[in-house]
Amino acid sequence: MTEATASTFQSESSQGVKMPSYWGVVFGIALLALIFHYISPGVLPDRWWPEWEIPAEEWLTTRIEWLKSEATIFGIAFKDITRAIGEGLKAPVKWAEYVLYRGHANMSWIWLTVILASAVTYFSTLRNGLIAAVLFLTPILLALFLGDAAPESITSLPKMLSDGLKGIGAKALYGPIPWVAIAAGVILLGHWIGGWRLALLCAVTMLYLAVFNVWKDTMRTMTIVVVAVPMAAFVGVVLGIWVTRSKIAARIITPIFDLMQAVPHMAYLAPVAALFALGPVTALIATVVFAMPPMARCTILGLQTVPEEIVESGKMSGCTRRQSLWKVALPSGKRTLMLGVNQVVMQTFAMVVIASIAGAQGLGHKLLYSLQQLKLGTAIELGIAISVVAIVLDRLTQGYANKETDHFAVAKTWVQRHKHMLIFLVILVLSYIAAIWFRDVTIPPSKLTYTGAEGKVTLFDPKVLARWMDGGIREFNKNAFDYINPIRDWVTLNFLIPVRNFFLWMPWPVFVFVVGAAAWRYGGLSVLLLCLALMASFIVTGFWVETMKTTYLVLIATLLCVIIGVPLGIWAARSERVANILMPICDTLQTFPSFIYLIPAIMLFRVGDFANVFAIIPYATVPAIRYTYLGLKRIPEVTVEAAIANGTTKRQRLWKVELPIAIPEIMLGLNQTIMMALAMTAITALIGSTDLGQEVVRSISTQNFGRGILAGFFIAALGIIADRIIGSWADERKKQLGIG
Amino acid sequence: MSAEVQIKCRNIWKIFGDNPKRFMKRHKGAPTPEALKEAGYIGAVQDVSFDVHAGEILIIMGLSGSGKSTLIRCITRLNDPTAGEMEYEGRDLLKVSERELIDIRRHKMGMVFQSFGLLPNRDVLENVAFPLEVQGMDKAERVQRAKDMIELVGLQGRESYFPRELSGGQQQRVGIARSLAVEPDIWFLDEPFSALDPLIRAEMQDEFMRLQQKLKKTIVFITHDFEEATKLADRIGIMKDGRMVQLDTPEQIVLNPADDYVAEFARNAPRERIVSVGTIMKPIDPSAEGTVLVSEKIGSVAQQVLTASRPMGVVDETGQIIGSVTREDVATTIFSRDAA
Ligand SMILES: Nc1ncnc2c1ncn2[C@@H]1O[C@H](COP(=O)(O)OP(=O)(O)OP(=O)(O)O)[C@@H](O)[C@H]1O
Ligand SMILES: [Mg+2]
Repeated sequence: MTEATASTFQSESSQGVKMPSYWGVVFGIALLALIFHYISPGVLPDRWWPEWEIPAEEWLTTRIEWLKSEATIFGIAFKDITRAIGEGLKAPVKWAEYVLYRGHANMSWIWLTVILASAVTYFSTLRNGLIAAVLFLTPILLALFLGDAAPESITSLPKMLSDGLKGIGAKALYGPIPWVAIAAGVILLGHWIGGWRLALLCAVTMLYLAVFNVWKDTMRTMTIVVVAVPMAAFVGVVLGIWVTRSKIAARIITPIFDLMQAVPHMAYLAPVAALFALGPVTALIATVVFAMPPMARCTILGLQTVPEEIVESGKMSGCTRRQSLWKVALPSGKRTLMLGVNQVVMQTFAMVVIASIAGAQGLGHKLLYSLQQLKLGTAIELGIAISVVAIVLDRLTQGYANKETDHFAVAKTWVQRHKHMLIFLVILVLSYIAAIWFRDVTIPPSKLTYTGAEGKVTLFDPKVLARWMDGGIREFNKNAFDYINPIRDWVTLNFLIPVRNFFLWMPWPVFVFVVGAAAWRYGGLSVLLLCLALMASFIVTGFWVETMKTTYLVLIATLLCVIIGVPLGIWAARSERVANILMPICDTLQTFPSFIYLIPAIMLFRVGDFANVFAIIPYATVPAIRYTYLGLKRIPEVTVEAAIANGTTKRQRLWKVELPIAIPEIMLGLNQTIMMALAMTAITALIGSTDLGQEVVRSISTQNFGRGILAGFFIAALGIIADRIIGSWADERKKQLGIG
Repeated sequence: MSAEVQIKCRNIWKIFGDNPKRFMKRHKGAPTPEALKEAGYIGAVQDVSFDVHAGEILIIMGLSGSGKSTLIRCITRLNDPTAGEMEYEGRDLLKVSERELIDIRRHKMGMVFQSFGLLPNRDVLENVAFPLEVQGMDKAERVQRAKDMIELVGLQGRESYFPRELSGGQQQRVGIARSLAVEPDIWFLDEPFSALDPLIRAEMQDEFMRLQQKLKKTIVFITHDFEEATKLADRIGIMKDGRMVQLDTPEQIVLNPADDYVAEFARNAPRERIVSVGTIMKPIDPSAEGTVLVSEKIGSVAQQVLTASRPMGVVDETGQIIGSVTREDVATTIFSRDAA
């Protein structure tokens, strides 16, 4: 705390009769300025002067153009580098597609390789197995790297195999892995990790995906997930290790991660899309960049929390530095690392769904399309698919992180220990064979039919159900809109629009003054300077209006989240029963990709600010609930008991003892709520809004990336401003309470 | 006890703080405790010199925070001393390369930790085999070796248990087996039994004695428990505020404590089991009747001496009379706090 803030602090506590309080002065000045602005408009500036505007957007756009056309690094054209990266990343995505849902003529050759290599491994060693695998893959590798220059006699071998298979009618053998086998694999994995309950969850999910004809789209989404997760995890682990080993790396990388945490998903798409053409590769890169920081964070945490004695016992066992890392530190931090993987998977999934606007096919793409077409029945079917897949991914990875091996495993036979694996292999082989005769084994049919004596009968068609739901929703809306619309319009007209107009009417110096005052009061000079710089960035570049629209939406949404979330948190802290119901709900709500919260909003309120706020609330209320709950739960028992002994009533205790102690924690929850609200406003842009998020979304479709990058940055800037001010406030408060 | 010096420490300092090296230089290599305090540095080990002889059990004692752990962590180079010299079998321990240090740890030193330091993701067998694994010993050989060690500490049958499935005492047995797997020449134990409850601790001490009789290693052992120390030690070093205030045989510590701090440690020690006849022996007395052996502990001859009407003669191993011992001497040694 600086001297100035310390002195204002004294004035506050010295009963504020003579000296008005800090905030009294600040708001007094702000109010006077506003009144003045009302009486004589035009004196205080409400926009930045156009002639002084910094043309950041044009500058960025020309930079991007330059990068894409002329820039060179060490004599290599930048565009060639991006193209090479793009091509390099296309290959794994393509192969994931072949394996998961497309199939490819080379697939049969790959399987042949796997079988032969396994046989070699079994009868010889793993090393020989790997050598065999590489040898067998030569034709494909030659074709891949040499293209036309490859000797045809060799590269055509896989094709001959697949033609041969086609000849005997076994076309299915070079198709993708049959969905039956994938589903069985997931269910077996569920059973291995979490027993029958998780297996059942997996089974229901797989069945849903198959029956509702979203299997292929799920697999499209999963192609990017399966490629992005290992990449993000690898990069994250490497960066994490680097940070723990090098002070310089820590100093450079940590603030970048902090910044990245404040940047909403959406904002990653514009810069990547600027450099790479729209398509799966862009989605992949943005996803990897977005999903990597949690892995790095968990790696750092995992490595730093390995007990000192374990590290030292490793050293005394004679580990070299490398052995220390790979044999001691990383395995000991396995659980934390696996939680990192869990986060990577969840973030990846959420991002891939959103990346649909940058060319990622799959569930998100379909959902966006059906929302824009107001095909709500289909949207609901897809939303459920996304939700259940998210839950399964979460439970599987979390379950694996918490899974412990036990010593009884050794007593079992090899078959017993590997029974899940063996069953899977058997199902895999059987399903491939079955696929030769039954197409539906490969990809689920679009509708369930039954061919009986009286011909083909449709048992279940998700399209029909969707249409039926559409009708139902339309019917419901027709009746309910009589009630819903007036409420929506009334609130919009009398509450949302006025607040919004106020923010747009307000002269920017007033905003800067109030925010700056808060920054100075709680964070001192450094935070003040940071906030001023960030505010200046959107004011002088001509983004004031869009930024204020976002600010207003986020403020209102945050306010509502607090009004809803804090009491719920208090309630949960008071009653075990409520907590037992509420906390799992919170967990689940956080598992869902933010995208799906748009569905109910559109269903009930169509588009507009009211719908946007409505979509933000379920997503962003969770931290408010959770942190309130935790803050109250963490109060030491003795403190509360002392208050009881002093004869306080329940209500007095809450207001005078518990909430004041929990408030720093609650403020951190508020911080999270703001971050999530900001991220969600960017998502709501997909259904129509006019704020920064919309700029990001539009920039991708109009290829005006400079604007999108700036808008994304300003969303992050708002987040950082809020984070620094609230964070410093909470820190100060904690110090005062002696719980920092 | 052979006098061959295995580890030689001279003027070891370990100072914690922002820039200990510069601080040392400013105080010409010998800062006073006051100077340390004023500058906000912690002098965990201050100017400690001593030798560890091959084959001896050297026990280090001292109150919590007196620098015992830091001292042996300096010797094992888990901490780098701020100043001083250390030699291991004539090699300068502070100048060895990283590679040599790793080699020394792999083959010469073993260490047992207070809270075990077992790897949670490996079972008992893999934990014990771990030091062999990092040396690159091939699998069959190291498994065999680890199994031998596990049997030595009496954990056979639990090879595939994970540390979390074992009791504290069992975990420490694993720690001991692991530290012995490489057949170290010198064995460091930092309060190996203090995390255990008293019954198990006594059991583990006996176990430790049994092992030592079999293995005859050089041992540096830290403990809080003076009785434990007297049971095991050839010599005891007592530390206070980072300094080694006395390093001597248990007898000398009991009979001639260097200061009140040491005396306080020795106060409740069972002297009759520590002091030997030779220590309180007087010159030959012609009137003596009967004889006792010079190396005998007082406790085992007390009854004989106390019930005799005359002083008793003291003989060495060859039966030659070399002195005498009186009733009074035995009585004061046993009962008086400030005898001798
Ligand atoms: N890494 C460190 N950084 C700063 N101070 C340390 C560090 N390690 C030890 N110290 C300090 O050095 C002093 C000696 O610590 P040490 O662990 O050697 O004591 P000890 O005699 O082993 O105590 P105990 O019996 O509790 O294990 C203590 O004051 C301790 O706080
Ligand atoms: Mg210690």
